[in-house]
Amino acid sequence: MLRNDIPITPELVASHGLKPDEYRKILDLIGREPTFTELGIFSAMWNEHCSYKSSKKWLKTLPTTGDKVIIGPGENAGVIDIGDGQVAVFKMESHNHPSYIEPYQGAATGVGGILRDVFTMGARPIAAMNALRFGEPEHPKTRHLVAGVVAGIGGYGNAFGVPTVGGEVNFHPRYNGNCLVNAFALGLADRDGIFLSEAKGVGLPVVYLGAKTGRDGVGGATMASAEFDDTIEEKRPTVQVGDPFTEKRLLEACLELMKTGAVIAIQDMGAAGLTCSAVEMGAKGDLGIELDLDKVPAREENMSAYEMMLSESQERMLMVLEPSKKAEAEAVFRKWELDFAVVGVTTDDLRFRVKHHGDVVADLPIKDLGDQAPEYDRPWVAPKTPATIAPDEVPAVNDIGKALLQIVGSPDHSSRRWVYEQYDTLVQGNSAQIPGGDAGVVRVEGTKKALAMSSDVTPRYCEADPYEGGKQAIAEAWRNITAVGADPIAVTDNLNFGNPEKPEIMGQFVHAIKGLGEACRALDFPVVSGNVSLYNETNGQAILPTPTIVGVGLLPDVDAMATVAFKTDGDEILLVGGHGSHLGQSIYLRELFGREDGAPPPVDLQLEKRNGDFVRAAIRAGTVTACHDLSDGGLAVTLAEMAMSGNRGATVALDGVTPHVALFAEDQARYCVTVPAGSADAFVSAGRRAGVEVVRLGTVGGSALNLGSAGSISVASLSTAHEGWFETFMGGKAA
Amino acid sequence: MRSAVVLFPGSNRDRDAVAALTKVTGRAPVVVWHQDTTIPDVDLIVLPGGFSYGDYLRCGAIAARSPAMLDVARKAEAGVRVLGVCNGFQILTEAGLLPGVLMRNANLRFVCKRVKLKVANADTDFTRAYMQGQVIDCPVAHHDGNYFTDPETLARLEGDGRVAFRYAEGTNPNGSLNDIAGILNERGNVLGMMPHPENLIEKLHGGLDGRGLFQSVVESVAA
Repeated sequence: MLRNDIPITPELVASHGLKPDEYRKILDLIGREPTFTELGIFSAMWNEHCSYKSSKKWLKTLPTTGDKVIIGPGENAGVIDIGDGQVAVFKMESHNHPSYIEPYQGAATGVGGILRDVFTMGARPIAAMNALRFGEPEHPKTRHLVAGVVAGIGGYGNAFGVPTVGGEVNFHPRYNGNCLVNAFALGLADRDGIFLSEAKGVGLPVVYLGAKTGRDGVGGATMASAEFDDTIEEKRPTVQVGDPFTEKRLLEACLELMKTGAVIAIQDMGAAGLTCSAVEMGAKGDLGIELDLDKVPAREENMSAYEMMLSESQERMLMVLEPSKKAEAEAVFRKWELDFAVVGVTTDDLRFRVKHHGDVVADLPIKDLGDQAPEYDRPWVAPKTPATIAPDEVPAVNDIGKALLQIVGSPDHSSRRWVYEQYDTLVQGNSAQIPGGDAGVVRVEGTKKALAMSSDVTPRYCEADPYEGGKQAIAEAWRNITAVGADPIAVTDNLNFGNPEKPEIMGQFVHAIKGLGEACRALDFPVVSGNVSLYNETNGQAILPTPTIVGVGLLPDVDAMATVAFKTDGDEILLVGGHGSHLGQSIYLRELFGREDGAPPPVDLQLEKRNGDFVRAAIRAGTVTACHDLSDGGLAVTLAEMAMSGNRGATVALDGVTPHVALFAEDQARYCVTVPAGSADAFVSAGRRAGVEVVRLGTVGGSALNLGSAGSISVASLSTAHEGWFETFMGGKAA
Repeated sequence: MRSAVVLFPGSNRDRDAVAALTKVTGRAPVVVWHQDTTIPDVDLIVLPGGFSYGDYLRCGAIAARSPAMLDVARKAEAGVRVLGVCNGFQILTEAGLLPGVLMRNANLRFVCKRVKLKVANADTDFTRAYMQGQVIDCPVAHHDGNYFTDPETLARLEGDGRVAFRYAEGTNPNGSLNDIAGILNERGNVLGMMPHPENLIEKLHGGLDGRGLFQSVVESVAA
């Protein structure tokens, strides 16, 4: 019997986020009352954030394999083949709850965590992105959150030295009580240089690397597995504090260490710190782990075993060491002035044993903690989906130019320059496309290859119909990768939802997953990594269902890359996919009429594939001078963005269509491209042969966007509106 | 031309500097660890950008006291060319090899964007490939680039033609005095600048204006 200095009361159990039936399961498993430290360990491993207990059943239905997939979900990040013996390693992960409580550190450590996930696997991070959702601009907390989150992301990523090449920033009242901070990182490794967390071999040293352990972030993962209420301010101590300088040294030290052959298994300490990393290495390798906490480098004195096991201090790693390489490994860490301490050993008894001051403070079955954690089939109800709105039910506007001006200057569709100029978009010298285009693109140093990545989801579509919204998120990521000319390869998903114990929320989740899965299968775009963030609710109000998707693709030759800007006067403008008519859930309805209603645009995945494959082939063949996909705001916003980006106008004819419908419809599977003067006919014919509808729109030139009978608006005025909103909102012109 | 790049803990544009030197001079630089007491015999020493020691204390303050910097100071004294970019500029001011300080940007935010630079003195080892008064593109990426010094020093810098680059066309991103983007020491062999010419040297970067700086050094070494 282990000593138990603190009585385990039902209140204590509940405050650890464990339900009575889960506690009974613990008692059955270990045949006795847990110690306080053990209760903390169970709480850390069995919370939603670490165990995926509500989502696992459904995540298993997603397609995760493909020709290019080397490692799918279950490791620190997914791995895809990019040829020449090289791989790309990537993942997106949420840091929503901590960012709402403490925006700078919450966002900073979100970036730190995802970078660590990537370099734990032996990959050097070469690109980062982030998807941010905030409450309505008028909400009193929004400015504070935007300023803090953006500064935190920049503060960490810039110092670490990874270029931030893309992302999303959106506002909606449904995020008033819960912002979303989804951080993505992508790294580059050699195919034969990938490191995993699975421990191998009995009696081998378990080594602690990196920064010292402090009391910060104790209970963070449990906090992130609960709804918020009015006591939220009390949760600040559960937020970790980031140190990008240490992370940068940890990166260099780990990559150097991996070359020595000293690393048998390695796992970063993220959520639930030492507990989660040790259990994961042992459970995956079917081995026990014994830790001696007296050996753990501590930042503070008199830390209890409970605090050490649950601390989420950042910039730490745990590894199983090849003993013959100990001196060499230690020298690398001394060089980078980081801690290196043997804190434990692998065993053959499948126990997770923790010693502190000579006492055993925890002795638990490691498999039950880790890969056999509880799994739920939560009840769910199918979401009610709204009826489709016919185009003739949607009112016209008198002045389309003014409407377009209002949209490009609105909170969700104005330029994000205020945000991305606070991120280092250029470090490493390989950025081929930075924020502002369809996808972020980075060259693979020393080659002509480039990786394209795009973060997408349309939460209002998902709210109206989670299934179609899920399909659309995948389709749009695929389309954005295609629009720069890259071959889409795989995605990472970051599924943000409310409380899964509510059948309506669980129904959103289930339907979204079904939509994601169907689109992934149809587009051959498997999920290789991801993260689930549930309980994004405050006082019972849930966020919009937000399954953020980052798609990753490969451009064999970066010189073939397409960009959105109009390039040359006289270039002919073509609409691939034809005119649309779907205005339900459109930006037009929302921004001009304050309506968020109707069904979202349906996604025809076969059409999506056919049109996308056609556009990509044209880009690769060099026949396209600019390309931009159609999404929020439809054709009008796409044309405006191409004009503003190239600082030149266009003349567009809208023959035989209703202008406000054709300009603002958000039908999917469409792209706007330009081709050199005189080559439009050939392009249209090629489309016909491929079964792709191509409509001639007009020509590039002049200083205004001339929409024929729908009116005309100068590119300069569009740019002024577009560039103005964010600066004004955040209250200060950049110097 | 032989060159060396000094690596401090927290440097992060070291790889960019190595790539630029390799691509423009045709010869890869030697990478020197900050604990090394001797810099090899080279024509140009580069202190790269980044966040040495996490910008703790003051930007560049801790790196300025590293063993390698003692030898950088000796070599600079002996006439070896030294280029400090961004954090490297901060380190040079903290080491006393260049006058003045780099304060936090006037708007208190990190800024990464492309600006215009005017070549304020084209008669230096670092700028001879440009024309006097030429306006070039160059990216910046920093949080502390707001150059400041006392009026006497400023007058001396201006009077002696030691301002090498100035932000032009209203693009000063940080509020620096007299739009200063880069300055030289008295002898003209040490240049510190906030912008990143190493990030504008090939088609992928969307321009080649940064090459001139490295070509200038190559030319001056050959001269």
